[in-house]
Amino acid sequence: MIAEIGHFALVLALAVALAQATVPMIGAARGDARWIALARPAAVAQWACIAIAFLALTHAYVTSDFSVLNVANNSHSAKPLLYKISGVWGNHEGSLLLWVLILATFGGAVAVFGVNLPPSLRARVLSVQAMIAIGFLTFTLFTSNPFTRLSPAPADGNGLNPLLQDPGLAFHPPFLYLGYVGFSIAFAFAIAALIEGRVDAAWARWVRPWTLAAWSFLTVGIALGSWWAYYELGWGGWWFWDPVENASFMPWLAGTALLHSSIVCEKRDALKSWTILLAIVTFGFSLLGTFLVRSGVLTSVHAFATDPERGIFILGFLVVVVGGSLVLFAVRAPKLKGGGLFAPISREGSLVLNNLLFTTAAATVLLGTLYPLFVDALGGGKVSVGPPYFNTVFVPLITPLLILAGITPLLAWKRADLAGVLGRLKLAAAVAGAVVLWTIYRYWGGPGLAALGTGLAGWLAAAVVVEWATRVRLFRVPLGESVRRAIHLPRAAYGMSLAHFGVAVLVAGVTASSAWKAENLQVMRPGESVMVGGYDFAFHGVRSVPGPNYSAERGHFIVTEDGRPVAELWPEKRFYPVQRQPTTEAAIHTTWLADLYVVVGDADGKGGWSTRIYHNPLVPWIWVGAIIMAFGGAVSLTDRRHRVGAPTRRRAAARAMAGAAGG
Amino acid sequence: MRRLIYIVPAGVFVLIAGFFLAGLYLKPAEIPTVLVDKPVPEFDLPALDARTQGLASSDLSGAVSVVNVFASWCLPCRVEHPLLMELSKAGTINLYGINYKNKPDDARGWLDELGDPFQRIGADLDGRVGIDLGVYGVPETFFIGRDGRIKYKHIGPITVEDMERRIRPLIEKLNQ
Repeated sequence: MIAEIGHFALVLALAVALAQATVPMIGAARGDARWIALARPAAVAQWACIAIAFLALTHAYVTSDFSVLNVANNSHSAKPLLYKISGVWGNHEGSLLLWVLILATFGGAVAVFGVNLPPSLRARVLSVQAMIAIGFLTFTLFTSNPFTRLSPAPADGNGLNPLLQDPGLAFHPPFLYLGYVGFSIAFAFAIAALIEGRVDAAWARWVRPWTLAAWSFLTVGIALGSWWAYYELGWGGWWFWDPVENASFMPWLAGTALLHSSIVCEKRDALKSWTILLAIVTFGFSLLGTFLVRSGVLTSVHAFATDPERGIFILGFLVVVVGGSLVLFAVRAPKLKGGGLFAPISREGSLVLNNLLFTTAAATVLLGTLYPLFVDALGGGKVSVGPPYFNTVFVPLITPLLILAGITPLLAWKRADLAGVLGRLKLAAAVAGAVVLWTIYRYWGGPGLAALGTGLAGWLAAAVVVEWATRVRLFRVPLGESVRRAIHLPRAAYGMSLAHFGVAVLVAGVTASSAWKAENLQVMRPGESVMVGGYDFAFHGVRSVPGPNYSAERGHFIVTEDGRPVAELWPEKRFYPVQRQPTTEAAIHTTWLADLYVVVGDADGKGGWSTRIYHNPLVPWIWVGAIIMAFGGAVSLTDRRHRVGAPTRRRAAARAMAGAAGG
Repeated sequence: MRRLIYIVPAGVFVLIAGFFLAGLYLKPAEIPTVLVDKPVPEFDLPALDARTQGLASSDLSGAVSVVNVFASWCLPCRVEHPLLMELSKAGTINLYGINYKNKPDDARGWLDELGDPFQRIGADLDGRVGIDLGVYGVPETFFIGRDGRIKYKHIGPITVEDMERRIRPLIEKLNQ
């Protein structure tokens, strides 16, 4: 019964979305206030319907209702409650439902919080939002209905892939989707602006918080996914350039470019067409990710069960949404009025360079991800593109970006004095130089790129501090005055500093963990020990322990450094009988400067076990850096100007009138 | 001229979408028809290390054999690995491995950790043999009859479902 209510609510949501997509759009074109007014209640109603559907599916999972096909295929009664709930979105149908739920939540948020948006713009934004919802709801209902019944109901379900039964992964998809789908708001604003034929600073200011929120969520989502890969796949890697990882990384790169170009749009009324294009491209990448994961065009471990019918549908949808909006862009964008002019050496100029680099990076990942498909489609044979390609092309793209990130915040708008700015950054350059020299001295003979990486991290971290010190005029005015200035700095400024500092931390983590990882593989007998990275790992055997829905072989290691105890580690090898699948659970002890990472493998039948022991320097910094970045985004989001809202067009017009009268 | 620039994004997108459409019909999961029922191309690969024997095309006749192309850097390989272990224990076929574009040390560590189901492993360091076999990604698994001819190629990781629906019936048929 409850499953049928969910199904019905989903159909109702589609009907509401159809009304929401058409009536307000026509109303806005005709200037009919009553038709325009439909947008807000419709957006809220659509959200309510989808929320009911989502709760109905969650109910089926929590109560293990195996008469629902989706639950029978993906759940099992002997599964911890957390994974029963995360099982809702651990499959194709349920994850689509989560997708539309988040889409409707963002739409509802625009309806509820967008109080000071001009009604016609709000109507158009919500209408575009509803069009996207129509696509996904139709897709869900006609090709991937999560409420299909199964008769007779089986006694128990197939269970969830054990690799996915993990707290990190339970929350990875929701964050990822909050990011993906969040960019749909920037997209809807871009389309609405193209239809209205007007883009101004006020528009950019409305778009920015949604982009910031989406970007922060996506950052957390990607970090969670990479963290999961690190500890669950059991071999110490944290990024594999897998097509599905790339699918989440491309919108992030484009979204980061959008985040920066919308600043120029807001402050200087320039780069309007470009910002619109980026908003379309960013959301396009989000949809592309959905297509790649669900169509079977590329194979990946993360891929859902694929089906050509679904592939055609999503491709059709992608063509309508992205193709349609790019055509709209081609027709309307040339009519947008250009904004403020600026010299090449200025903050705008530097942000343009930033945008070029970020979009090139996104295009590079796109090329690498799709290259096997391109070559195959052209009959050019079989290729696979692996990490070496990405690592080779990424370093030259990221290096100038990191240098720029240190300089740009100090540049003035319109026309900047580069020599003066570089003069102020002498301290940062000195820090970077010292770090490079220290790296070369300390790790003589190690990879040469490591010195570049640590140097860049040092540069950016120091430049962030220099920029902050410049803003509060540290040591130039009395300390009390500096403190007063520090308190009154806008939160957006702190947000930027935090995010850039997070990047520096992340770069340090990436560099150190790639360059100086120590790894030992060996067969160990109980009582034996091995030295890795200056730590002594003593092996104390393996014993069997039962888990809630698995059985495990648990190893025991005692780690000491110069005789002092550091940690006890309990790596596991689990076996999930329902899926007949084993997983490795690495045991990790972090000192925050390094991870000690132990995996236990198979017994050799002669009393020994194969073990892998890693010393991964600075690897926690990768996720700490990502969290600082996302936190920076959140801080920036609380900036006063987002809370107070954008200057209304009327007020700006009144000011212009007053100015004209006064002049 | 200025207007033309605005059309470029739409043009690029049309191009990419065209490839996607082609991609949907390419069916990466199906074997190129040219190889079905053809003898395995000639090859002779060196052993991965001193603990295993190498693999040559001459090993692949006389009994039903399964050749799994794998690499330690390949995530999906990790997913299908337990099923290969099971297949190897069942003992109904000869299970061989081709280690594709992979450092021998890495491959060895991987096998030590997850278990080694293969009777022989050829090390295809530069991917040459992979090209002859039409491998365009890992994992891929070839099913070869007693006559030394390729009967089926599975692309991508083998799932429990593939195992029950396709692979076990196929192996039974080939063994008759």
